[in-house]
Amino acid sequence: MSTPTVEKHSAALDAAEAGGTELITVTLRIRRFNPEEHADPVWVDYQLEMDPKERVLDALNKVKWEQDGTLTYRRSCAHGICGSDAMRINGRNRLACKTLIKDVNPEKPITVEAIKGLAVLKDLIVDMDPFFQAYKDVMPFLITEGNQPTRERLQSAEERERFDDTTKCILCAACTSSCPVFWNDGQYFGPAAIVNAHRFIFDSRDDAAEQRLEILNDREGVWRCRTTFNCSEACPRGIEVTKAIQEVKRALVTRRF
Amino acid sequence: MSTDTPADLVVPSLQAHTGQGLGTGNPADALVVEPARARSKRTPRRTRTNFEMLAWLFMRLSGVVLVVLVLGHLLINIVLDGGVSKISFAFVAGKWASPFWQFWDLLMLWLAMLHGSNGMRTVINDYAEKDATRLWLKGLLGVTTVFTVLLGTLVIFTFDPNI
Ligand code: FES
Repeated sequence: MSTPTVEKHSAALDAAEAGGTELITVTLRIRRFNPEEHADPVWVDYQLEMDPKERVLDALNKVKWEQDGTLTYRRSCAHGICGSDAMRINGRNRLACKTLIKDVNPEKPITVEAIKGLAVLKDLIVDMDPFFQAYKDVMPFLITEGNQPTRERLQSAEERERFDDTTKCILCAACTSSCPVFWNDGQYFGPAAIVNAHRFIFDSRDDAAEQRLEILNDREGVWRCRTTFNCSEACPRGIEVTKAIQEVKRALVTRRF
Repeated sequence: MSTDTPADLVVPSLQAHTGQGLGTGNPADALVVEPARARSKRTPRRTRTNFEMLAWLFMRLSGVVLVVLVLGHLLINIVLDGGVSKISFAFVAGKWASPFWQFWDLLMLWLAMLHGSNGMRTVINDYAEKDATRLWLKGLLGVTTVFTVLLGTLVIFTFDPNI
């Protein structure tokens, strides 16, 4: 039962492992809110010993598991896929599970707060219902006319490429809750809903583009967009959100899609 | 939600926050917790007009035309031919003797006023939180716009150089 792998440890790997456990003290400044405790939100500082290569989500977990179990936040996959842990970290919307501590200047306190424009229920948890209502309103599902084909609905690679960018959305609400128009007008559909409408409007297999465009032609639709580019900057998936919104506007004007 | 709870019913939690609290205690901060106007459950009423689209297009097109009109206006009035010091009643009267400058100024007046008020309408839509405030501000904006446009048009067409 000898373990020859031990000898095979390269010097580089040893160095990486030794360096990998270098801990630093970080301050996590979390905007906490508990309506049963106090009507106002309150900033609370937590001191942590963290590896700077860990993520903000690890820091939050550490607070919750080791310091204060009352801290509340959403997370599920922890790998940037489920879209449940969008939050404002150092004033910018990001996924806590995709943000490394070394990237958000751990020398100063790292501020963490709930995303803006949606009602905060507790700590970092917001009421996502209005967000998903806007998503549902653009009918984010395939609508077809005529007879069903006997085999699959064919599409060329170019036709698929047309809306490839907007298929990447994980509905984390980072874009919508970074939009200053949405902060002031909760009736605005918001970038995420428009991105998901774009995904079907430009899908060659879908036949309801007209209907979706009509929905977004509304007073609270695409024309409220001010091309602030906050959404494109906030998107953890790198979707060119503002570009997608502009493409929907152009489709509305030219009626070509 | 907390905002409906009377202050004397708020029970302090038995579990103290660790760390140091930085709360302002300012009630205005509570506004951040509840968004100004939340999206309602029901789908908003369909308006079925292209007004917003036309307004958006108008902003782009009038903007392009205004660049030419305004820069041309500034160039002719305050840069070329003696600069700003030449502007006088006689200069304006001389300009408006020609239908070309009448049309230029008329177009500039209309486009600039409509472009500006549509921009203001956008700002009001974005920032007025109460329906009543929004209605009043937009009403005021409409009245001022109509007044300025009509007065300006009247002056351009009825201008008498001999007064
Ligand atoms: S926890 Fe799933 S996206 Fe971050």
